[in-house]
Amino acid sequence: MKRKILFFLSAGLILASFYMVLVFVPTERDMGVVQRIFYYHVPLAWIAFMAFFIVFIGSIMYLFKRKPFWDYLASSSAEIGLVFISLMLITGSIWAQPTWGVWWIWEPRLTTSLILWFIYVAYFIVRGYISEEEKQARFAGVVGIIGFLNVPLVFLSVTLWRTQHPPLTIFTEGLVAPMMATLLVCLFAFNFLYIYLLSERTLMKLDEAEVKRLKENIMERNG
Amino acid sequence: MENAGYMLAAFIVIWSGLLAYIFILWRTQAKLHRDIKLLKESLEDNS
Repeated sequence: MKRKILFFLSAGLILASFYMVLVFVPTERDMGVVQRIFYYHVPLAWIAFMAFFIVFIGSIMYLFKRKPFWDYLASSSAEIGLVFISLMLITGSIWAQPTWGVWWIWEPRLTTSLILWFIYVAYFIVRGYISEEEKQARFAGVVGIIGFLNVPLVFLSVTLWRTQHPPLTIFTEGLVAPMMATLLVCLFAFNFLYIYLLSERTLMKLDEAEVKRLKENIMERNG
Repeated sequence: MENAGYMLAAFIVIWSGLLAYIFILWRTQAKLHRDIKLLKESLEDNS
């Protein structure tokens, strides 16, 4: 029931975001309509960072408590984070072409973001290579903790180095009110979508464990 | 409406990507529920 409410809440906010991004928000003076990618590109990055933070917390909790639930939570969040960061990288590249004249440039923000993407791909490669569940969760937990250390580096890359990517000054220098309202609606929509997806995916992991347990029971009975 | 094509391409990528992911989740979840039901029935039949 709660998950249904979450789903309809995110769907409603996503529909509102369509209206705000495509109709309500004024067109930015310098970049034109292509700047509207910003309203989804930033929330995609935000959710990816949040998802990787949950991987970090889930991994620490698993390594301390050794309860499978924490590994289910961490791996579910890693999967969702990987989806969001992939979409963030692709939309960033599409936005870069008309703005910078190139699809990709090896500058600090883009490079550290790509490294982050590779780290979480490696997280799933580690999971895929180890068949023993406990060992798999333990090794993935270590990658989940170490991998998160790159997140602050991605976030701070625009202030630590001279970059092509614009710095995150929207909260200090300010956007005009309709632009800020649109960004906030998109952020809320993606936050609710993330919570919905995380709850669905974690419950699926619990169901997968239940299927495995039932199969083992049947095999035991059949000798 | 200069560069509107890029904006459209980005929006198509975002929403087709997210919808595909949600669809895969729902389909896998439905299959898991079916499997659990069948396995429980099988266990009950054997007992």
